[in-house]
Amino acid sequence: MRKWAGALGDHGTAGPPLDLRPIRKAGFRGLVTILKERWDRPVFLALASVSLVALGLILFFIFREAVPVLREIGLGGLFGTRWNPTGDPASYGALPMIAGSALVTVAALVFAIPLGFAAAAFIAEVAPRWMKDVAKSVLELLAGVPSVLYGFFGLMIVAPAFQRAFGLSTGRTALTASVILGIMALPTIASLAEDALTAVPNSYREASMALGASRWQTIRRVTFPAAFSGLIGAAILGMGRAIGETMAVLMVAGNAPQITASLLKPVRTLTGAIALEMGETAMGSTHYHALFALGVILLLIALVTNGLAEWFRGRLARKHGR
Amino acid sequence: MIAQVAAEGQRRKRVVQRIAFALLTLSTVSAFLALGAILYSMISNGASALSWQFLASFPRKMMTEGGIYPALVGSFYLTAGAVLLSLPLAVASAIWLSEYSRGGLWVRVIRVGVNSLAGVPSIVFGLLGLAFFVKVLGLGVSLLAGALTLALLILPILIRAAEEALGAVPMSFREGALALGATKWHAVRTVVLPSAIPGILTGVILGVSRAIGETAPIMFTAAAFYMSRLPETLSDKVMALPYHIFVMATESPNYYKTRSLQFGAALVLLGMVMLVNLGAVTWRARVRRRKQW
Repeated sequence: MRKWAGALGDHGTAGPPLDLRPIRKAGFRGLVTILKERWDRPVFLALASVSLVALGLILFFIFREAVPVLREIGLGGLFGTRWNPTGDPASYGALPMIAGSALVTVAALVFAIPLGFAAAAFIAEVAPRWMKDVAKSVLELLAGVPSVLYGFFGLMIVAPAFQRAFGLSTGRTALTASVILGIMALPTIASLAEDALTAVPNSYREASMALGASRWQTIRRVTFPAAFSGLIGAAILGMGRAIGETMAVLMVAGNAPQITASLLKPVRTLTGAIALEMGETAMGSTHYHALFALGVILLLIALVTNGLAEWFRGRLARKHGR
Repeated sequence: MIAQVAAEGQRRKRVVQRIAFALLTLSTVSAFLALGAILYSMISNGASALSWQFLASFPRKMMTEGGIYPALVGSFYLTAGAVLLSLPLAVASAIWLSEYSRGGLWVRVIRVGVNSLAGVPSIVFGLLGLAFFVKVLGLGVSLLAGALTLALLILPILIRAAEEALGAVPMSFREGALALGATKWHAVRTVVLPSAIPGILTGVILGVSRAIGETAPIMFTAAAFYMSRLPETLSDKVMALPYHIFVMATESPNYYKTRSLQFGAALVLLGMVMLVNLGAVTWRARVRRRKQW
């Protein structure tokens, strides 16, 4: 594609000096000619920057709306252990939600990562061609199910089942949320991990098989280690998705703002707190700003995990020269 | 003796491999099972609620009876609005990335921007919509604010699809146009872009399927609990199907009475998303098969 950028006399990365001869020759009419013929590059560059503008807007406005609460309760207040915005005195400690998000995410990944990697290995290394296509389509469909439907499924089917199975007073627990989140993260992890495995050059596999290794030994000892950074990237991206997931968790996690390590208790997550409480709070109140502060925490986690994942995935691509 | 040990080793290797492959297969089947369980529960519980009446009538009696018509219409408006707002920007971005950029720092910065935008949680888009579109721009909780928020959400999806589509157009097409004396823009407009349209359409379908099911971004920016009429202007609130499902599931006054209605609404949304996704998959396959340049 770089070749094309060099067409029309555009050489090198610096670009051509603007040809001003028409102006010298024809004055104003020459200027019009330049504008007519060379408007396209700067205009498209400006339009291409719209994603950056969007990202900038997000950062600016989420931070701006969060700052007042920091001024009021300070960083220490925000990282307190009690979240009780309607109490007297009100407290806005975000730790219960951070702990809730961490608990459900970790529990979800504990089964989503092994399952996702295994499914990826099956699709990339074991399955015959037709089954590969079917499995990929199923993953794609699973990834396309809206999160509110996962939440609905969890609320109507999984939560009652867990309630009976564990004899709980409510089926809406961290465990339910973890299971639903794990199912949701599975297609992301599996398809990215599959990309990573496919990126490993075939010569690696051939060399291993030529040394007498079985296909399984090759997968375990050669392909997986070679794709390692891509697999890590897939896992991190899955984690980012799980932390940022809102509707499903909101519907099944039970939403009690408590710090617990028990999966059988209800928890409230960062996303759940924002979605649940933003509708009930007055714009401009301390509570409103505190919810934006939760948004800042969430946004920072998302950007960091996303950046890390991209870096790991890029490392794999660089390693195998693609 | 040695031959015997070697044969034993070979046999063990085969057994281990068989077990390992069985486990890998089982893991993949679990994804099938999850999808199957979701489909089965929605269909078995929701199919009885489906009827023309259900799709074409308003909710009645505190939403314990009636249909989902206004939610369907609202979702349609929001999705169409989001795609209409997002598509021109996405195509322009892709044109710059694929046709005009010459590598270098700015390309990398824009790519990081697109990737980061794709990783922002949907509820954070909702917060942006609330703080910026609803509050600062003064749009209020409205169809327009919701569509704008969703447009930003699907922007990275559309950009990636459009860039891929443009990148798949062979270089010779461009060279041919240039050789005939076209300017770069003329070549892009008349040759490259038309060749990429089927691929861009795949991105549009994916964007639609994403926007149609999103709930968190419209919760504070557009969605209404209940409306007795259809939205008439861009500044009206709207009902939306995913939000309707959420509200019914968590705040319905009469669970037993509305259970089948809820599953019916969920089934409709699931059906729409699946159809749209299947459409994208088959369309993409067709494009790839036909365009063998």
